[in-house]
Amino acid sequence: MESMASAAIFYGVAALVLGSALYVVVGRNLVHSAFALVAAFFGVAVFYVYLGADFLAGAQVLIYVGGILTLLLFGVMLTNRIYNLNLRSGAIQVVPGALSAGLVFALLVWIIQSVDWGAMDAGDPGPTSESIGRLLVGDYLLPFEIASVLLLIALMGAAMLVRRRGSRS
Amino acid sequence: MIPLEHYLYISAALFSLGVFGVLTRRNAVNVLMSIELIFNSANINLVAFSRFVEGALGGQVFALLVIVIAACEAAVALAIVMSLYRVVKHVNLDDAAELKG
Repeated sequence: MESMASAAIFYGVAALVLGSALYVVVGRNLVHSAFALVAAFFGVAVFYVYLGADFLAGAQVLIYVGGILTLLLFGVMLTNRIYNLNLRSGAIQVVPGALSAGLVFALLVWIIQSVDWGAMDAGDPGPTSESIGRLLVGDYLLPFEIASVLLLIALMGAAMLVRRRGSRS
Repeated sequence: MIPLEHYLYISAALFSLGVFGVLTRRNAVNVLMSIELIFNSANINLVAFSRFVEGALGGQVFALLVIVIAACEAAVALAIVMSLYRVVKHVNLDDAAELKG
């Protein structure tokens, strides 16, 4: 009974994620698209909870919803005239785009069906933050350090790119 | 319990929607949103495989690194979009052909 309710919630969230993702790519209003993206990100965080990735679910909400989405909203606001209330985004080459995306989807579904994954549910791993932390400073130390340097470079690059020309101070 | 294939189907659908958005939207910020969808679909795959393979927490570490790189990408790409807006006063990707030879 409990597992049926949990499965129902899972497929409901899946429908929510795919529906809001569809709105993001076909919706006419940019701000509405950004808010549909919030729903999609939250749904993906719910998937992480179902997969037992508690730390990653928290990181998803904090970084995607709290950080990247705010940044995207700023991008929407700053690249349109402020009195332009209906921020529109047109679409081009819809038929070739739909055809390519459909082909990609068909290919992926074919691969998923034809491979015997032989996967067994390994069970709920319990709290993962401690093991992820140990992996980050152990086995994955080099990627971790590269990621931190990359963050620093991206920070400086973004600041340099948006700087107004001629204002040297 | 939800089988692994269902996660893979959801992720494939999300990926295809992202590809469709990247190919069809005119607004640069909207293309960025579609790219975020693609990042998320890849992350679902990584985390699902790390759950369904015994003792493979590395998938979650990779997903974490993907989130970090997505943050970098969003920051730099928005900076580029803003410089583009400053030069040509719009962010329509198919009209921004100033560098075309």
